[in-house]
This record gives sequence, structure tokens and C-alpha cells, in this order.
Amino acid sequence: MGQITLSSVTKVFGDVTVIPPLDLTINDGEFVVFVGPSGCGKSTLLRLIAGLEDTSSGKILIDGQDATDAAPAKRGLAMVFQSYALYPHMSVRKNIAFPLKMAGASVEEQNRKVENAARILNLSSYLERRPGQLSGGQRQRVAIGRAIVREPAAFLFDEPLSNLDAALRVTMRQEISELHQNLKTTMIYVTHDQVEAMTMADKIVVLNAGRIEQVGSPLELYRNPQNLFVAGFIGSPKMNFITGAEAAKHDCATLGVRPEHLDVVEGGPWQGVVGIAEHLGSDTFLRVHVEGIGDLTVRVSGEMGLHHGDRVSLAPQAGKLYRFDANGKAIA
Amino acid sequence: MATEHSRTAARLMVSPAVILLFLWMIVPLAMTVYFSFLRYNLLNPGMESWAGFSNYTYFLKQAAFWDALWNTLTLVVGVLIITVVGGIALALLLDQPFFGQGIVRVMVIAPFFVMPTVSALVWKNMFMNPVNGMFAHIAKFFGLQPFDFLSHAPLASIIVIVAWSWLPFATLILLTALQSLDREQMEAAEMDGANWINRFIYLTLPHLTRSITVVILIQTIFLLSVFAEILVTTNGGPGTASTNLPYLVYAQSLLNFDVGGGSAGGIIAVILANIVAIFLMRMIGKNLEA
Amino acid sequence: MSRKVSATRKGIVTAAAWAVGFLIFFPILWIIILGFKSEGDAIKAPLAVLTSAWTLDSYHEVQERSNYALHFWNSVILSVGSTLVALAIAIPAAWAMAFVPGKRTKDLLMWMLSTKMMPAVGVLVPMYLMFRDFGLLDSRIGLVGVLTMINLPIVIWMLYTYFKEIPGEILEAARMDGAGLKAEILYILTPMAVPGIASTLLLNIILAWNEAFWTLQLTTSQAAPLTQFIASYSSPEGLFYAKLSAASTMAIAPILILGWFSQKQLVRGLTFGAVK
Repeated sequence: MGQITLSSVTKVFGDVTVIPPLDLTINDGEFVVFVGPSGCGKSTLLRLIAGLEDTSSGKILIDGQDATDAAPAKRGLAMVFQSYALYPHMSVRKNIAFPLKMAGASVEEQNRKVENAARILNLSSYLERRPGQLSGGQRQRVAIGRAIVREPAAFLFDEPLSNLDAALRVTMRQEISELHQNLKTTMIYVTHDQVEAMTMADKIVVLNAGRIEQVGSPLELYRNPQNLFVAGFIGSPKMNFITGAEAAKHDCATLGVRPEHLDVVEGGPWQGVVGIAEHLGSDTFLRVHVEGIGDLTVRVSGEMGLHHGDRVSLAPQAGKLYRFDANGKAIA
Repeated sequence: MATEHSRTAARLMVSPAVILLFLWMIVPLAMTVYFSFLRYNLLNPGMESWAGFSNYTYFLKQAAFWDALWNTLTLVVGVLIITVVGGIALALLLDQPFFGQGIVRVMVIAPFFVMPTVSALVWKNMFMNPVNGMFAHIAKFFGLQPFDFLSHAPLASIIVIVAWSWLPFATLILLTALQSLDREQMEAAEMDGANWINRFIYLTLPHLTRSITVVILIQTIFLLSVFAEILVTTNGGPGTASTNLPYLVYAQSLLNFDVGGGSAGGIIAVILANIVAIFLMRMIGKNLEA
Repeated sequence: MSRKVSATRKGIVTAAAWAVGFLIFFPILWIIILGFKSEGDAIKAPLAVLTSAWTLDSYHEVQERSNYALHFWNSVILSVGSTLVALAIAIPAAWAMAFVPGKRTKDLLMWMLSTKMMPAVGVLVPMYLMFRDFGLLDSRIGLVGVLTMINLPIVIWMLYTYFKEIPGEILEAARMDGAGLKAEILYILTPMAVPGIASTLLLNIILAWNEAFWTLQLTTSQAAPLTQFIASYSSPEGLFYAKLSAASTMAIAPILILGWFSQKQLVRGLTFGAVK
């Protein structure tokens, strides 16, 4: 079981309110991603759940039990840190066994569980090495192994992939997703990378300045962002925002359109000149300067041979325009 | 960034150190202040009486105090000049590639580990002694009259002895700082057409500023309280020619048994040291932030 | 990218560096040599000293006449004892300040350092009188206490800078893994900080071994360490060069060897972490 409920949780450092009253329920077995720009309070929120920070007010319930004042070790959670936080003076085996040792498990049980975790994570041949002798991805797996053996109610991940190179990040992303499929344990994952959020999450929690902007499945957030912030944060490349006269034509303060929802067509409403064309092979991203509107990013097929200085006309796809009021709220 | 639980533990863990240091600082100091206002002589115990500021006026008015103050300053400044200039020169030399770096480094550092009483006695007897000292032998070899360093130039001799002990410290710190100098920066300057003098003035010296300040301030703290070297070489003499403030306080309180006067001198020494300390704390405090 | 240094230049630097190094080291070398000479030979001109016969007589005589062993033992007890006591007080304090820093941690550290700025003469009189009244004059226990307090700020500072280099996340990981405070310090922090603790230990033994204000003021014979023992050669025995040299060599040799091992830490310790 691993249901976690936060009710009216706040965190104040000195006179800075990092997290204003916040409510959130994480269901058993869910893969929840906290995503937001740096400084949005996502890591603090995770540390509050872990018990590494005190809440200033409010309650944290784990499986219905009040865990607000419980010590980290007593919450039945396991955490994977950004720096992996492996114990450098211990072998991989001892690292993974450490939580079991602290819990007073017998040596046989320690060995059985360590070897089981090592098999799942492909670490069996590295058990006697020190963390310093491992590659980044292997260290990451050891950190996960250390979490697995505790059989926690939930796993907490604090930006675990940010120290890996791009290729490895994709692999590890898939491994963590697979792990979740196999274990079916609740996972809470913090990242600033919306791609990680979109690809891994059952449920995304978008945070900004300590507040929850929106909670929902990846596609819900993509399709129906409730405000400008979420619209701008989810999706890559970023949604284009148009203000001024063009927005007024659509009865809104800001008009949003995603790059993939703009088509290059004859006689479209928006005329512009291509500034930069980034040819990725699979796609081409155009930076088009449109008179009276500004620069728009457009995603077109990789085969489209447009270049700097070409004149194009653009049309938004029907029903794919997002409208926001002066407060940044989406207009339905 | 921590929980209330760990903060409580932290307070508990830090308190023994804080309490002990606080007592260590405040109890003897309060007693010194108290004694400094008493007429109190160890030869006449039980005859203590209130003295007001007379101990201070007495201490400040005696010619020995001004001699001691002057000697203290000369000692500090003299040693600082020798060690900083010498330290920079040595550090620059030892930073070059040469054969046997490790051994030379070890030889240069060695004097720092020699206890003050040993270095003072060795210099006094084996080197500066006018009859059998090394310098006397060398003078005689060249047909010169041996010079009695500790009688005729006592303070200068003590400066040399103390400087010998502290030169390794300055060298070691400046060498460490030099080694952290960015080689690419040097190469960039070379590409920009700077010769070695310019490179020294515009790159090396600014890079060393912080370390030089640290060396000066830390040495000052120790140099203000030089004691053993004077005790075993000159006993402050001849006259007061090599008496510094710590030695004067020692002589007044434990040789003349004048507790009141010695305490007043002690407080004056504390005040002087604090003026220096303020600069030191600011400096180290700034480095802490950097 | 290192460049080729011309052979001549390297030759000149080598000669200069060795010359300077030799000059600075010479006084120490000289007393080592004189210690192995007879009194009659030791006062001769330098060249005559070098060509005279070698002997162990002075060492024998120092042993027999001045109870070198007692003073050596006192030095060991005072320096190692005071350092261990200081470590016991400082490890928890440094843990607290490094890993649970509060708003006042920095002020606290600066204040601890400031106690080191107090000139010893400022409190000489009351310390002397207190030692006299409590019967601590010339006792090891009293001096261990004084040396502990003198070096405590440096010990705390050094440990603090070493602990700071250990990522807090590792200790948090241990906490998540179910380690209590004791387990955290015992199984995680201490093993990781062993190099730092060892060099702190080393440097403070050196400082305590060479401390020559309180050891001279507060001891006379029974608790006297080597600093006091050598000071007693001030006169007239100082004129016996061979014996003084033998005694001095024995007084500095142990710490010279320790010191050479701790060169790197020396810089860091004595500058309170300002220069690394």
C-alpha cells in the first residue's frame, strides 16, 4: 500500500513562504511526477513527504496514518537522490544492504534480498565494487537497489537522472518505468524536465512558486492546460503565445498555439519570413517572423526544404487554438 | 534545512564545546580585569586593596611599557617583512620544475616543526655565540672580530630566529596558492604579449593577495605573543632592549610578584590584540562567504 | 598542457632551490651532526667538526642525567591526550554546525575562532593563581585541559571544513534508510571523514607538542614536556653543545617526522580552511 495524502501542508523558511497551503492525494500504485521550474518548491515538497524537512503546518497521511511528525525512517518510504548519495566507503553489496542492516535483518535475509535486487537491476557482477568504480548509470541503479530492498510503501525520486548524459537518461527513464510496471509501487518523481514528466507519469503535478497549477494525466495537461503557465511548460517546443490585436480578434488576452498545430499552407491567415530552420531529420523546426504578431515556432515535416529568408504563410489547425484571459486562465 | 528533531540534536551536540569555550574565555578574563584594579602582591598575600586605575597608570607610565610596545611592533613587523618577501620569493622558486622537489620542500618546511625553545637555544648557542658559534667561526676565518649578536643586537637577533621559524609557514601557504593559479590564464597573458614581470604584477600578485593577507594576519596573532624565544635567549635584556609585551607582563607578575600590575598589562595586551583580531575576523569571515 | 622546460633553466632552478633549501635546513642538520660529536669537538670550527670522530656519548649522557624519557612521555601524554579530548568535544560540534546549520552557525564559528585571538598573557595571572590554588601546577591533567582549550577552536574548524565536503544527501540517505543519529555518525560520517579526522589529529598533536607558553609557565619538572626540558638547557648547560644538540634532536625528531606527513593539512588547518 502506498497512498499519500497532503492536507493544507505549508512550508515557511524564515519569512519566505516556499509552499502555501497545498492539498494533494497520491493513490496507491500511481506514478506521480512533480514538475516545475527550479525553485518552484517541488524538491521541498518531496523532502516534506520524506520527512527530511518539517512541515510548518498541515498534515501528511501515509496509508491513512498521520506521519506528519514521524522520523524519515519510520515512514516506510525510500528515496533516490539526485547525487545518488551512495556510501563511498562501502561496497555495492553493503550499500544495498544498509537499510536492511539498520532494520536488523539477518545476514541471510540481507544477502537474499540484495542478490534479488541486483538481479533485477543487472548489478550482480558489480556487488563487490565500490561506488567510485562504477559508471553513472550503474550508480543510479545501485541507488535504486538500495530503495527496492526496503520494500517501501512509496519510492521518492529527486531529479535522479539530471547527472546522466542524454543517451543514458533515455535508457534509465525506460528502466524506471519498467520497474514501476513490475513492482506496482507508488512512485513520486521530481524533475524540471517536462519530457521526463510526459513520458513516465500516470499523473503530473505542475508546480509554480509552491502552488499546484494543475494536476492531471500527461495528455490531459497537453490537451487542456488550465492556464498560461501549464500551457507554456508542457509540450516541446513551447507553445507560441500571441498577444495584442490578433488575440483581441479571438476575444482573449493571450492566444496560444502549439508549433505542431501550425501548418504551412497556401493562403494561410499569417504571412511571415523564415528566420531559422533547424533540420532534425525527423522534423524541422522553423522560427517564422510574422508581421504584426512576432516570432512563431512551427513544426513541419523533416522533408520540408525551407530555409532562411523563404516567405511562408501559416494556418492554425481547426480547434487547436488556446485562449487565455488577462489573468492567464484558460477560457473554455 | 533540517527537521526540528535534528536541530534539537544539533544544539545538544554543539553545547559542550560552546560552554567550555565560553568558560575558558570569560572566567580568567574576568579575573584579570578584577585583579587589575587591586593592589595585590604575591609576597604579601591577604593585603589586597582596591587600587582603582593606579595599576594602569603605573603600567602605562613606566618607560619599560613603551619600550616593550615598540619592541613588540618591531618584532611583528620585522618578522612579517622577512617572511612575506622571503616567502613569495621562495614560493616562486619552488613552483618551478626542478629535480628533487619533494626533498627540497621537506627541508624548507622543517623549521616550522622545531619547538620554539629548541630553535632559540640552537641559534643562541650554536650560531650566535661570540666564542664558539658558527658565525664567530666564520668571522674568525675571514679575520674579522666576532660579533656578540644577542648582547649588541638582541631584538634583531630574535627577529631572525623567529623569522626562521615562520618562513616555512609563509612559503608553504603561498606555494599552495601559487599552485592553484590557472595555467591557462598565464598562457593567455603570454599570448597577449605580457612579459614575466607584467605577468607577476598583474596576475600572480593579485592571485596571491588573499593568501598574503591570511599569512600576515595569522602570523601577527602568533607574533604578538612571542615568549619562549625571548625567555631562553635574552630574558628580555640587556635592560629592556628585547622585552616585548608578553614578556613584560610575565616579568611583572611572576618575577616581581605584582599581580595587580601584571593584570593591568595583560588587559592592555588583550585590547591591542583585539584591534588586530577585528581585522583578522573580518578577513576570514569574508573568505568564508567566498 | 605542460611545455618543455629547457635543460639549462631546469639546472639553474635545481641548483638555486637546493641551495636555499639546504640553507634553511642547515641549523637542524647541524644539531643532528653535533649530537654525534664529543663536547670537545663540538665547539671547534665547522670544518674541524665535520672531520672529527663520531660518538653516541652525548645521547647516553642526556638519558642518564636529565630523565629524557619522563619528559618525552609527558610530551606524548600532553599532546595526544589534549588532542583526543578536543576531538571528542569537536566531532559532535562540527557535525552539528556542518550538517544542521542555523542562522547563527557562522557567528558561532567566528566566535570560537575569536577565543584563539586572546593573548595568553592576558590571562596568565589568574590561570597561574587558579593552578596554584587547585594544586594543578606541574600536573599533567591541568595542562591537558589548557592545551585542549587552546586547540579546540582549530580542531572544530578543521573538522568543520572537512565535514562540509561530505554531501549532506548521503547523511539524509542514511536517515531514510533507517539509521538513527548514532548509526549515522558511526557508520556513515566517521568512516567517510577518516582522512580529515586523521589530519586534524596530526596537526594538533604537532601544535600541542610545540606549545611553549603554558608549558613553560605551568610546569617545572614532574609534568614538564620537552619544551620545558630544553629550556632548562638555557644556561649554563647550553654551552655543552653536543649534549644540547643530542637533547634537541630527540625533542624535535618525532614531530619533524609527523610534520612531514601532514604538510598539506598544515596549510588548511592553520588558515582555518581559508587556503586549501
